[in-house]
Order: sequence, then structure tokens, then C-alpha cells
Amino acid sequence: MVFYITYIIVAIALFGFIALFTLFAVYSERKIAGFVQDRLGPMETGKYGSLQTLADILKLIQKEFITPSAADSILFSVAPVVIFAAVFLGFVVMPWAPGIAPAALHLGLFYGLAIVSVDAIGLLMAGWGSNNKFSLLGSMRAVAQIISYEIPAGIALIAAVMIAQTLDMQEITRQQGIMVEDERILFLGLWDVSHIGGILAWNIFQAPHLLLAYVIFFIASLAECNRAPFDIPEAESELVGGFHTEYGGLRFAFIFLAEYAMMFLVAMIGVTVFLGGWNTPLPNIGTVKLADWTTGLAWGIFWTLIKTLLVVGLQMWIRWTLPRLRADQLMALCWKVLTPLAFLCMALSGIWRVWVIVGG
Amino acid sequence: MFKTTLQAFITAAKGLAITLAHFIGARRSRHALDIRKAGYFDKQEGVTTVQFPKEKMPIPEVARYQLDVEIDDCIVCDLCAKACPVDCITIESVKATGVIGKTSDGSVKRLYAAKFDIDMAKCMYCGLCTVVCPTECITMTDLYDRSMTNLAELTYSFAEMSPQEVEEKKREWSLFQAEKEAAKRK
Repeated sequence: MVFYITYIIVAIALFGFIALFTLFAVYSERKIAGFVQDRLGPMETGKYGSLQTLADILKLIQKEFITPSAADSILFSVAPVVIFAAVFLGFVVMPWAPGIAPAALHLGLFYGLAIVSVDAIGLLMAGWGSNNKFSLLGSMRAVAQIISYEIPAGIALIAAVMIAQTLDMQEITRQQGIMVEDERILFLGLWDVSHIGGILAWNIFQAPHLLLAYVIFFIASLAECNRAPFDIPEAESELVGGFHTEYGGLRFAFIFLAEYAMMFLVAMIGVTVFLGGWNTPLPNIGTVKLADWTTGLAWGIFWTLIKTLLVVGLQMWIRWTLPRLRADQLMALCWKVLTPLAFLCMALSGIWRVWVIVGG
Repeated sequence: MFKTTLQAFITAAKGLAITLAHFIGARRSRHALDIRKAGYFDKQEGVTTVQFPKEKMPIPEVARYQLDVEIDDCIVCDLCAKACPVDCITIESVKATGVIGKTSDGSVKRLYAAKFDIDMAKCMYCGLCTVVCPTECITMTDLYDRSMTNLAELTYSFAEMSPQEVEEKKREWSLFQAEKEAAKRK
């Protein structure tokens, strides 16, 4: 019985965190967009517009549920829930600190990738259910894009998993810092940093080709959360709003929540698998045990949050810099560039595992 | 293909550097700058937004904004209404029986301005009326923030005569006319 209560509390806490993050992220996104374009962004509601997103969500909550008369009402009303649930369930396996994760699955990474793919069904439901050609076009683009980009993203992650030899997110993280138990950590395959830790022990520095794998994963993850420069599914200037054209009020809020939660989720997956997760970036230098001092429960949550928010910031920076890709360019980038490079990374990981880590 | 991709990464990096420079530059603000100052175009960096009702851009005293009429200087010649390309000026005149006064530049006034309305919703701020005005009584001012809740309030009336006065002046004129007719017939 107590079990179930903890489950529910954890789920509510996660939802609260996602909602708070979305409020903060929408505000910071608008501010970043403003500053990049030499504007000020929201300034009127609250000091420096800080209450703007709170006012927005209050407005959305009060709005009426409107279903277009030609829409498939069941698909239309279920789609936002499916979209959000898919992303929300992805947070189940995310490690926050040593020993702290909503669920410690042995197949954590696999589960995460699998459950996030359900998002595509939700998007298609939203587009089809709206019975609107713009929505349908947007959702078809979204599905084509998400399914295509899952391949380089997945293979880039497999390249890292081959180095780590596990799909357990906690175990992958543990192998990138001073809390490693039985494995040796080699910086660039040469220097044993098992007791030095810090940034030197992160996966991207354990094997240099994982840096390329991370870049591939990062680009693919941008496409998976439908963000610029890969935002053709909701291209405002051509498709009105894409799959969420017909949505309003709380349903739209849920789609929006899912989009920002997805940003955080993919950033967190990248951070966990490639950038050391809850491990500190500060290494032990001689008697100055920076890594030992900055490892622990609170520090773990702190580092996870800081790293993930930095990656989310990078996503926003890219969004306000790069123009949208055309649909054919998008597919060409995925199939002709990212997928071959991801395969190359996977092959290099195999060689690295056999020759450098085991043989060396 | 890989050459194109490499090029894409290089140009993306350049673009990111530009946006980052603007992002960091946004710590500074240009504030409300006076365009008449010499250094106006040197300030290229920083936030350009002017938070309008709270701060305003300094503008010249007589700029191309809302029209103003000094009705005491008006000789009711109707030239401005004729010059107006959008016909936003409506003037009605009543003839006086004699000279009724002089404007500040010495022109003789022989007409009463019964009606002098400018529909600011129609006005296109070309300034042609101010060019043709012989007594320079119609001018453009530095006022531009005149939001109204009622459309009729955008029609500015500059005539100062009450309807009774207009009636009286009309009666005077027709009386004067009738007297003249009677004198001719004799």
C-alpha cells in the first residue's frame, strides 16, 4: 500500500517539476528570443515580465473546450493526453542523483526510447482527429521526421551503450565518474581516471568518437522534439500551427507542456548518456578532492539540473539562430549524413571496446 | 554531400556567434535617442525597444504628426481643404458684411469659419495643407499619441462659433444681401 502512495507522490512531484520547468522555459525562451533580436521580450506582467507565463497558463485553463464540428471528437480529445503521457512516462527512468530515479530499470535507455516514440502516434491522432488539412500535413511531417530521426539518435546512443555495456541509466552514469566500482575509466583510452573523475571521465572524453555521437544525438533530438531548425511540423508561416492548429485552452496547454517536457527529456538523456549525468565536472587534482567534495545526493540533482538546463539553453539558442530546413533537406540530412555517421560511430565503438578498453 | 554538411556546420557556427553577440549585447539598451544628435547612428548595439508609454523618442517640435489650426489666424480660404488628397478637412464659411478683423500676419478676414473639421482618422499626414495655407494657421505638431475610444472623437473641430452665432451671422448676411438687392432695384 505504502508503495503505491510513494509512486503517486513521485508522479505528482515529477508533473509539478515539468509544469514549473515549462513555465520557466517558456519565459526564458521568449526572453532569449527577445535579446537575440535586440528586443526586450515580455516586460509588462510582473517585474521584467516574470509573471507572463503564469498569466498565460491561467488564461488557457479558463478557456472553453472547443471541438471543431468536423473533427473526430474521440481522437481529438485523447491526442493531447497521449502526447503528454508518452513524454511524461519517459521521465520514469531518468536518474537524478546517485540512487535516485523514479524507477531503476535494467533496460532503462531502451524503455525511454521506446516510450518516447509513442509521441508520434499522439501527433498523428491530433492531426487526423482535427480533420484539417494543415493539421494533417503537420502531423504527417512530424511522424515522418520523428521516425526518421530516431534511427541516428538510437544508433548514436547504442555507440555509447557499447562502451558502457549496459542499458541501465544509473549504471551508465556511474561509469562516468568516481563512483565507478569494477570498471576502469580511461581518458581518451590512455589515462586511468577512475579516481580522478570530473569532466575527464565523461563518456564523450572516454572515447573521442562519442563526441561526434553526441553531436549526432543532439541534432536528432532537436528533430524529435520538433524544434527549429526542424520545426516544419508546426511551421507557423506555412501550416498555421501544424498539428495543434485546432487546439485551444487546456488541450493546447498539454501539447505545449509535452513539447517543453520533451526538450528537457531529450536533453537529460543526452546528459546522462554522454555528459556524465549527475557526475560532477570538477576532477580530483592531487590532494584537492574537488570530485569527492561535489558528489552526493544534493550535488547530483544540482549537476543534473545545471547540465540539462544548459543543453536546453543551447536548444533555444539554436532555435533563434537557424532558419527552418525544407522537408527534403531534413530527410537528406537524416538519411545521408547523420545515419551513416552514426553507423560509423557504432563501428568505432566496437573497435574501441575490443582493442582499447579490453585489449589495452 | 559531406562538403555541403561541413559548410552547413561552419555557417551555423557563424550564425550562432552572431546571435550570441546580440544576446550578450542585450545587456545594454539604446534608450530613447534623439535623431537630431550627431551620434545617433553610432549606437548600433543593444536593445532597440522603446517602451512607449513609459519612455518616448524625442522628436522635433513641428514634425509630421497631428494637425493643429490657429483659428484666429484663419481667413477661411478653403485652400487646405482643396489641397487635401484624402479630403479630411471640411470647411463651411459664412460671409461677413464687412471686414471682421486681421490675422497676426496682417491678412484681412472677411469670412466666418462656421465649421472647420479635420478627420484625423482619414488624415495621411502628408502636410500639403500646411504648405498651401497663406497665413500659416494650419500646422503640424509633435503630438501623435491620440488614441480614442469613440471614432467620432477623431474628428477635431477647430471652429469656435456656436450654432446660434452661425445662424445669426447667416441672417445678418442675408439681411445685408436683401438690403443690397433692394437698393439696386430702386
